[in-house]
Amino acid sequence: MNNTTATPLSATIAVDELGYYGEFGGAYIPEMLYPNVETLRRQYLGLIKESGFQDEFRRLLRDYVGRPSPLYFAPRLSAHIGAQVYLKREDLNHTGAHKINNTIGQILLARRLAKTRIIAETGAGQHGVATATVCALMGLQCIVYMGAVDMERQAPNVARMKMLGAEVRPALSGSQTLKDATNEAIRDWINNPEDTHYIIGSVVGPHPYPDMVARFQSVISEEMKSQLQEQTDRHYPDAIVACVGGGSNAAGAYYHYLNDRRVRLIAVEAAGHGVDSGESAATSILGSRGIIHGSRTLLMQTPDGQIVEPYSISAGLDYPGIGPLHAHLISSGRAEAVSITDEEALKAGFFLAQTEGIIPALETAHALAALDRLSFSADDVVVVCLSGRGDKDLDTYIGGMKDC
Amino acid sequence: MNRITHLFQHKQSRILNIYFTAGHPHRDDTVEIIRALDQAGVDLIEVGIPYSDPLADGPTIQQSSQVALQNGMTLSLLFEQIAEARRFSDTPLILMGYFNQMMQYGEESFIKTCKEVGVDGLILPDLPLYEYERSYKPLFEQYDLGISFLLTPQTDEQRIRKIDELSRGFIYMVSDASITGAKQGISDKQLAYFERIAAMQLRNPRLIGFGISNSETFQTACQYANGAIIGSAFIQALGQRENTVAGATLNFVRQIRA
Ligand SMILES: Cc1ncc(COP(=O)(O)O)c(C=O)c1O
Repeated sequence: MNNTTATPLSATIAVDELGYYGEFGGAYIPEMLYPNVETLRRQYLGLIKESGFQDEFRRLLRDYVGRPSPLYFAPRLSAHIGAQVYLKREDLNHTGAHKINNTIGQILLARRLAKTRIIAETGAGQHGVATATVCALMGLQCIVYMGAVDMERQAPNVARMKMLGAEVRPALSGSQTLKDATNEAIRDWINNPEDTHYIIGSVVGPHPYPDMVARFQSVISEEMKSQLQEQTDRHYPDAIVACVGGGSNAAGAYYHYLNDRRVRLIAVEAAGHGVDSGESAATSILGSRGIIHGSRTLLMQTPDGQIVEPYSISAGLDYPGIGPLHAHLISSGRAEAVSITDEEALKAGFFLAQTEGIIPALETAHALAALDRLSFSADDVVVVCLSGRGDKDLDTYIGGMKDC
Repeated sequence: MNRITHLFQHKQSRILNIYFTAGHPHRDDTVEIIRALDQAGVDLIEVGIPYSDPLADGPTIQQSSQVALQNGMTLSLLFEQIAEARRFSDTPLILMGYFNQMMQYGEESFIKTCKEVGVDGLILPDLPLYEYERSYKPLFEQYDLGISFLLTPQTDEQRIRKIDELSRGFIYMVSDASITGAKQGISDKQLAYFERIAAMQLRNPRLIGFGISNSETFQTACQYANGAIIGSAFIQALGQRENTVAGATLNFVRQIRA
C-alpha cells in the first residue's frame, strides 16, 4: 500500500497558454469582452502566486470557510457498496458547498484588479450565495443572475442572497435556468466593462476561467492527499467520484491526481428523466463538439448548432455543457462518465441521510448514486466529493419522498 | 468582384447597412425583407442567423431570434432564401451569426455555400482573431468572402491594427461598451472614440453599429465613419408595422436618410 511513485505519463494534463486542454477550451468571446478577459489571462497566474495573495487566501479558507474540510470514512455506506468509501465533506464549508473556495479566490483577485462591482450567475443558488457572502465580507456590490425557474425551486437560497445584500435578477430567456443566467451575466459584463468583475461559478467560460476556477478548487484534492496518507497510509485513492454540472467540484477533487493514472476519475452527470427521454443533462453522451459560453467543449445542441435546453431535477447540474477540462478528460478516456436519473439521485440522497446521517445536495446525490453502478473491490479506496448539503433541496426531496 | 469591395470603391460615405433577423417576424419574410431593403436603396444588407444563445445581443435581437427559431428557421432554409433573393437583388449581403453555427455546418462547407448562394461577407463576433488567422484566413481568401471584425472603445491600438489587417471589406465599430439595442443619443465620450479611430487612418472602411437608431444618430455616425449599421430599431419597426413589409421598410429607410 505504500507505493507513492507516480506511474510515468505519455502526456501531462494541463492547460496551454491559449487555454486549451487538448482540443477543448480557448476564449470564443465577442470583442466587447476581450479587454477584461485578456487582462485576467495576463494577470491571474502572477496574482494568484503572490505570497500575499496566498496568505490571505489560505487564512480565509481556514478561519472563514472552516477548512480543511474533513475526509470522513463512511462505514455503513462502505458496507453497502462493498468498498472503502470516504466522503470529502465540502458540505461542511461555510455556506454549505465547495463553491466558496472559488469565490474567496476570485474576490481577492477582483480587489487586486480594483473592481468594485461583482456579478455572478447561479443555478442551485450555492454559487450565488457564496458570491453574495464574499461580497458582504469585502463590502462590494453584488448582482446575481438566476433563471426564473431556478429561483422557484431553490427559493431558500434566493432569500439567503437577499439577506446577504445581493440583488438577484431573474433570467427570463430560454429555459430560464443556469445557461440563461450565464448569458445574462455575460451581457451584463459587456455593458459594464470598467468597474465589474464576473465571478463565474464553475470551470466553464472563456480561458482563463476554467483553469483559474480549477486552481481555486484544487484545495479539495490537496487536502485529500494528506488526509488519505494519514487515514489509509497512502496519499491516493483508487477512485474519485464527483458530480459534474460545469465541473468545478470534480475539477478540484481530481486536480492533484490528474496525472496519476492509478486513480480512476469518475464524472457523474444528470440523466434527468433518462438519457433517451429528451429531458436530460447528460452532456458527455448527448453532446457534441461546439462552443458554449466562450469555450470550445462538448455541449448539447441541434445539428444547426442551436443549444438544446437541458433538464435535471437538480438546478446545479441543469446545464447543457461541461467545462473543457472534463470534455478533454472524458474524450481522451482519462475520466469515465456515468449518468444518473432524477429518481436514482433522490433515492441515493435518502440513503445517505438514513445510513450516515448526512443530507446531501441533490447535485451530490447524483455522485452517490453512481457508486451503485460501478464495480469496486472490497479494499478499494473510493472518495466521493460531497460537494454540498441538501438544506436547499428539502422541498424537492419531500416532494419526491412518496417514491422513495 | 466581391460586392462589398465594389461598393466601397464607388461610395465612401453615408453607407447605410440594415440588419434584420432571418425568419422574423415570419419564416418566409426573409426574401420579402431583402426585396424591400433592396428597393429602398440601402447600401448593404446584413442578415442575422437566428441563434439560441446570442451573447452579444440585446433583448430585441434575442427575441427576434427566438421567434425565428420557433418559426422553424434553419441554416439550410436561410441559404435557400438568400439564393432566391439573389435572383433579383444585387445589393451586398452579409451574414451575422455565431461561430458555433459555422462550426456545426462545417467551416469550409459554410464558407463555400455562402459564396455559392451570393453572400459577400461574414460577421462572427465570437470567432477569435488568432483562430481566424491560423485556420480560416486562406479559405476566406480562396472564396473571396469578406469578414468584418469588431472593435470597441476599449480595444487597444495594437489590436486595432491587427483587426484592420485581418478584416476584409470593412471594420465593424461597436459604438459603445454594450450589447446590441436601440439607444437615444451619442455621448461626447463616444465622439472622442470615433475621432480617435478616424485619426488612425485604417486601411478598411469603418461602419459604426450598436445603438444607431434614427436619422440623428445615423448622421453623427456618418461624420466619423463611412456609414452605420442599424438593427434593433429596424426590427422594432417591422414588428410594429401597420403597413406591408415593403411599406414599413421604405418608411424606415426614408426616415433614417432624412
Ligand atoms: C452542491 C453542488 N454540487 C455541485 C454543483 C455543480 O457544479 P460543479 O459541477 O461546478 O461542481 C453545484 C452547483 O450549483 C452545487 O451547488
